Amino acid sequence: MSDAVHSHNAHGHGHHDDHAHGHHDDHAHGHHEEGSHGSFGSYMIGFGLSVILTAIPFWLVMSGVLHDPQLTGVVIMGFAAVQVVVHMIYFLHMNTRVEGGWSFMAMMLTIVLVVIVLSGSLWVMYHLNNNMMPHADMSAMKQMSEMP
Amino acid sequence: MSSTTATMEPRAYHLPEEPHLHEGHSTNLGFWMYLMSDCLIFAILFATYAVLGGSYAGGPGPKDLFDLPLVALNTAMLLFSSITYGFAMLAMEKNRTSATQGWLFVTLLFGGAFLFIELYEFHHLILEGAGPWRSAFLSSFFTLVGTHGLHVTFGSIWLVTLMVQVAKKGLIPANKRRLMCLSMFWHFLDVIWIGVFTFVYLMGVLR
Repeated sequence: MSDAVHSHNAHGHGHHDDHAHGHHDDHAHGHHEEGSHGSFGSYMIGFGLSVILTAIPFWLVMSGVLHDPQLTGVVIMGFAAVQVVVHMIYFLHMNTRVEGGWSFMAMMLTIVLVVIVLSGSLWVMYHLNNNMMPHADMSAMKQMSEMP
Repeated sequence: MSSTTATMEPRAYHLPEEPHLHEGHSTNLGFWMYLMSDCLIFAILFATYAVLGGSYAGGPGPKDLFDLPLVALNTAMLLFSSITYGFAMLAMEKNRTSATQGWLFVTLLFGGAFLFIELYEFHHLILEGAGPWRSAFLSSFFTLVGTHGLHVTFGSIWLVTLMVQVAKKGLIPANKRRLMCLSMFWHFLDVIWIGVFTFVYLMGVLR
């Protein structure tokens, strides 16, 4: 009986089952109604921002207005980072309160792991490449042979 | 059963009162966990591309191969599919079944267009002799972009499945939950694509 009632309420996200944030029940309530699904307005804001944040990097690279590939690279990475945040907020409806904060914690852990994987791989492989360069090897040998 | 337990309460290994958790109360969090683990798969593929992306083996590099207007078109397709999926979710909230189905179908068309353009690009690259076997750069490129494309393919199959489900049973709570999961999956793929077009295509042409 009660099961049927509860499953009917599947989107009401029972607050009674969550003792962890019982004291801001009203917060969780208000947020769930709009925070978790978004409105037409929030989707359009997200879409508009995404279009701008996509168009500018493409324009920067295709027109080459900055005349400096390295600077352009840093700028477009910045745009990508901002756009990821925009998607997280407006499309994936991520915030620190969804699921009592556990989604956010999982995301933070993932970001930490991604940063370690990416920076670690680049760091290690860059040094490995450098140290296995044939000419680096040869100059080292030359130095050794020049030594008395 | 011994005579003593017959008079006593049967020993219960579950809570005397079940917590009143409605069906699917943890689906969102569980699905989010899956997406995060998928994110790690992509992180590894990005790292592989970052390491191997400069090894052309005397073959063509990104500057010779990548067609940015085509990538921009592809990006637009995926972004449009994201917003139309959002509209499907808004229609679902209002329990408007036919509007939901309509927006899901539009999403499917955009997703299909994305896949079509990507396959066209891959086909073109392979015809030019720049298949995944040509160099480490191309192997890692095809693996990363292909894995993303495979995700979009499975997302599209899932989308068709859900459209059939909604057509058969309507917007019941279980179907709403499934649509919510696919919504997260679909938007997540768009997030990954931001990394792909920035890091692979745009940075590749700059390199």
